[in-house]
Amino acid sequence: MNFIYSRTYKALVTLPPILWVSLFLHLPYLMMLLHSFWAVRDGVIVDRWNFDNYATLFKNPLYLQVLFRTARIAASVTLLSVLLGYPVAYFLSFHAGPRKEILYQLVIVPLWVSYLVRGYAWKTILGSDGVLNGFLQYLHITHGPVSAILYSPFAVVLMLTHIYTPFVFLPIYASLEHIPRPLIEASQDLGASPRKTFFRVILPLSLPGLLAGATFAFVLSPGDFLAPLLVGGPSGTMIANLVQSLFGAAYDWPLGAAISVFILVITVALLAVTQRVEKHWSFE
Amino acid sequence: MSASTSTVSRRPWLLGSYAALVFAFIYLPIIVLVAYSFNRDGVGGFPPRHFTFAWYRQLFADSAIWDSVVNSLIVAAGAVVLSLTLGLLAALALDRADFPCKSLFRRLVLLPLILPGIITGLSMLMFAVIAGFQRSLILVFFGHGTALISVATTELFAGLQKMDRRQEEASLDLGATPWRTFWLVTLPNLKLSLIAAGLLIFTLSMDEIAVTFFLIGSESTLPLEIWGRLRRGITPEINAISTLILVVSIILIAIWYHLRTRNEHD
Repeated sequence: MNFIYSRTYKALVTLPPILWVSLFLHLPYLMMLLHSFWAVRDGVIVDRWNFDNYATLFKNPLYLQVLFRTARIAASVTLLSVLLGYPVAYFLSFHAGPRKEILYQLVIVPLWVSYLVRGYAWKTILGSDGVLNGFLQYLHITHGPVSAILYSPFAVVLMLTHIYTPFVFLPIYASLEHIPRPLIEASQDLGASPRKTFFRVILPLSLPGLLAGATFAFVLSPGDFLAPLLVGGPSGTMIANLVQSLFGAAYDWPLGAAISVFILVITVALLAVTQRVEKHWSFE
Repeated sequence: MSASTSTVSRRPWLLGSYAALVFAFIYLPIIVLVAYSFNRDGVGGFPPRHFTFAWYRQLFADSAIWDSVVNSLIVAAGAVVLSLTLGLLAALALDRADFPCKSLFRRLVLLPLILPGIITGLSMLMFAVIAGFQRSLILVFFGHGTALISVATTELFAGLQKMDRRQEEASLDLGATPWRTFWLVTLPNLKLSLIAAGLLIFTLSMDEIAVTFFLIGSESTLPLEIWGRLRRGITPEINAISTLILVVSIILIAIWYHLRTRNEHD
């Protein structure tokens, strides 16, 4: 079917993007991979091949602590985004009636609002002289500013949940919309209670969407180095901040590269597994 | 259908209230941000008491912000041109040519979309340092343009798949050169996809921080300028610029959405 395009045409459309992307995108990624097996000696990066950088990541207690905190934050963000996103998707799909389209757009719009703008907004809300503290004092719930809210892992979780809820909502909503309605009617006609219909029919059929959304939040939130800097403070430091400081002040590119490759491998592996599972589960 | 599915839950009002709370959570920061841009007494405290346009006046007189806006616009415009050009070629290649490792290339080109920005940014920084390029606005433009080829390829490939191939075949059969066919048949057919992808890339580039952070020299883009100010202490001037960004992005979404639906209905 491709015979109508000449060889020249094919070469002209194929070569420039492949060369460009290989040279300016994949070669840099490859350099990252190579550096992760190199070392720093006397402030100079040398190609002494080793696995020490990877070993350091899993042996150094400080790095392990940050790694576990990152996993905890990512898991909390994922769980909260699902707990917020799923019911909204369910409500829109089954109960919103004619307002469905407009409500759908309302969930999507924040996705387009600048990431930095939303992060900044949380900073002004959670700060010790921020909007939330002002509000609590206005209602006489507290009498002085509560300073523990901003610059904590909790603040990072809150901000990232806010960012990822619409992302998680999208695939869940799509999978709920794809459930053939006669299946639900059949379940009800055969006498299943609404609870049973939900747990036996709707939830299993929406699992691929749920999984896609959850993976997305879990995979993307650990790579965020701006949220911890913005609202996390030292106690909210995440793995991407380690990478950033290793490439900056600490000048240990090989170790920073090893941590980056670790994030990359986890990301790609999780996405590949999810894709497999989704294919396996989808009933079409 | 809605009559029967409404029996799925006996208490939709409970679910409805929960959904309303989630919407409140999603919109609360945005509303607070806009409200406090008009607050005389700063970004905190409750309730905002004295209405003022002073922060907007200060913003419009702030040349550092507007310089960074100009920088961002230049980078974004350049990134749109670069990524659309290469993305269009890549989409054509994926659509109509066979080459070794095609499916691998198709996955690899998407990496910047699925990887955290810091990894792409640092990889490009390493490349730039080793290749001897200076960190500068030009480097940021190349970085954005290259990373966003992923978005351009995805969007334009989708557009090509929907296109009616017979028009091109007819054009070639009737003796038009491939070059003429490309300009007179292929491109006009892809016009809406190109504009939609361009808007998306423009928005993403305007908002990009992670890659910019590592590639920028002494100049600033708008997000980095804001970022720098956040670390020095904050005034509602930042709320004011954020509100303006918000208004512009809503206008862009409206255009994008309009094009998208028109594209689907064609």
